[in-house]
Amino acid sequence: MAAAALLRRLPAARAPATAFMAARPISDSTATLTIETSIPFTAHLVDPPSRDVTTTPAELMTFFRDMSLMRRMEIAADSLYKAKLIRGFCHLYDGQEAVAVGMEAAITRSDSIITAYRDHCTYLARGGDLVSAFAELMGREGGCSRGKGGSMHFYKKDANFYGGHGIVGAQGQLFEALNISALWKLPAILVCENNHYGMGTAEWRAAKSPAYYKRGDYVPGLKVDGMDVLAVKQACKFAKDHAVANGPIVLEMDTYRYHGHSMSDPGSTYRTRDEISGVRQERDPIERVRKLIYAHDLATAAELKDMEKEIRKDVDAAIAKAKEISMPDTSELFTNVYKKGYGVESFGPDRKEMRATLP
Amino acid sequence: MKLDPTVCVLGEDVGHYGGSYKVTKGLAEMFGDLRVLDTPIAENSFTGMGVGAAMKGLRPVVEGMNMGFLLLAYNQISNNCGMLHYTSGGQFKVPLVIRGPGGVGRQLGAEHSQRLESYFQSIPGLQMVACSTPYNAKGLMKAAIRSENPVVLFEHVLLYNLKEKIPNEEYVLCLEEAEMVRPGEHVTILTYSRMRYHVLQAEKTLVNKGYDPEIIDIRSLKPFDLHTIGNSIKKTHRVLIVEECMRTGGIGASLRSAIIDNFWDYLDAPIMCLSSQDVPTPYAGTLEDATVAQPAQIVAAVEQICQ
Repeated sequence: MAAAALLRRLPAARAPATAFMAARPISDSTATLTIETSIPFTAHLVDPPSRDVTTTPAELMTFFRDMSLMRRMEIAADSLYKAKLIRGFCHLYDGQEAVAVGMEAAITRSDSIITAYRDHCTYLARGGDLVSAFAELMGREGGCSRGKGGSMHFYKKDANFYGGHGIVGAQGQLFEALNISALWKLPAILVCENNHYGMGTAEWRAAKSPAYYKRGDYVPGLKVDGMDVLAVKQACKFAKDHAVANGPIVLEMDTYRYHGHSMSDPGSTYRTRDEISGVRQERDPIERVRKLIYAHDLATAAELKDMEKEIRKDVDAAIAKAKEISMPDTSELFTNVYKKGYGVESFGPDRKEMRATLP
Repeated sequence: MKLDPTVCVLGEDVGHYGGSYKVTKGLAEMFGDLRVLDTPIAENSFTGMGVGAAMKGLRPVVEGMNMGFLLLAYNQISNNCGMLHYTSGGQFKVPLVIRGPGGVGRQLGAEHSQRLESYFQSIPGLQMVACSTPYNAKGLMKAAIRSENPVVLFEHVLLYNLKEKIPNEEYVLCLEEAEMVRPGEHVTILTYSRMRYHVLQAEKTLVNKGYDPEIIDIRSLKPFDLHTIGNSIKKTHRVLIVEECMRTGGIGASLRSAIIDNFWDYLDAPIMCLSSQDVPTPYAGTLEDATVAQPAQIVAAVEQICQ
């Protein structure tokens, strides 16, 4: 593929490097491309959508860029955690990027998203910026939650991103939600990012039926290859149309996390390294899009490499900027406890050192 | 677990994984998957399962991976655990142990830094203890398992790495008894769990300044060991409570009340209580430090009380 592209560019090869790039820029065409998903969808109580997904070269390039950015961010977060700049609990999303990116391609910012603690990339997909993400991870006041939430509590109100939550589980609540949303035909999509492990416990040890897309019982469901961003996009588009017309639908995204459950979990005591590297080799979401880009000649290897280098620089720059932001002022301890000022006084532990009226 | 086949453990990742804080490491290999049961992520259900098993004659030890998660099982803990012995007129007993790490850790975020002893203390029929050293952790755990009543054993996220030489043989500590950490004459400092260590840090400064504090680790959060506490107050006439609960509705608030009710005549100064701020624990490190009582504040408090 690369050789063919080079031949076509031969006349311009004598031109200087910048002109070479300008000769055939990375495709931003909006011409329709139809690509088949890796595997067909499996459906429960509904007819599955077609395997043929319409996309454009521009969109594929965006997918590549967005997922690479997320991947870089999470890997950088790993280093920051080991350097003790990020503390506490940190749950990384690398491997699962296709779910966040594919979803956004099918919905709008007026649609609301809520998720659990593995939320860094969801925040980014919702329009969050790198600096506020890193600042929040490092507990700085420029963070998206002003440094007070941390890794598990990212929110973005103007993008209808409702967080970012630490305490999850409670299967009973899931079934309550399914019942109520089905009863009242609420336009809700319940997405299960099935990475096959609940921290250290494999799904088959925790669920009688790991066919989560069927668990809605009377609620239809779809099982999706969560490592294929186009499949995710197709499924979410289908789900949104369905939910708006008919009520809730379950989406099970078959995905995988390369890191352990969190930074305190090595991720290798309950799964083999072969399994992890196997998934990385065969199903990595970014590599899949890279192959598509080459197959449709949307960019060369060199161009993609440059893009990745640029992304790396952007991430490093964002980290540097975030590091310069200061820690929140001690008075911030008392802000945002209540929305309305009650004039309630709050005392420091000794009633003297710190005394504030809750604003 | 070796002595009594009815003792079993259940919780998330307690078995094959060995426990998220390694508390149950090696037990599944020794006792099998049924006695060291890996549950799905369903606190309400598996706590309820623990209660049912206890009613049937087992002695389960239920682990909350973080105490905060047990909020999802509050109904089970309050209504079934605490009240069943009473509502059944004494027919059923619930010899259950609920344990797990709680408290403010190192930047774990608001939901993972909770002090559930505040919320549970009102539940009738429940007993609560907090361990703070390897020695009392072993003794209190054994006592809790042997108890016929439901016991909530509060461990602390930051105290798992403590190292101490403790006896190999069996020993059981009294669940209702407080621990005299340091006898003294000037002031009674009542504390528990991680705050014990902040108090001990402050002690060094206080002793250098010529103070002689009596430090008691109350250990028993419900009921309070008013015997030990009372004897101390009768000696020193001054009380400082140092706790990690929030100011509103914490253990300190209840303890203060209990002391006023019982020992008012012995007090020479108002009871001081150093608690955490009434705010969700922020993630940022500097803010988090400002939410809990620090040794410097403990020193200042003692100086003020002893004026």
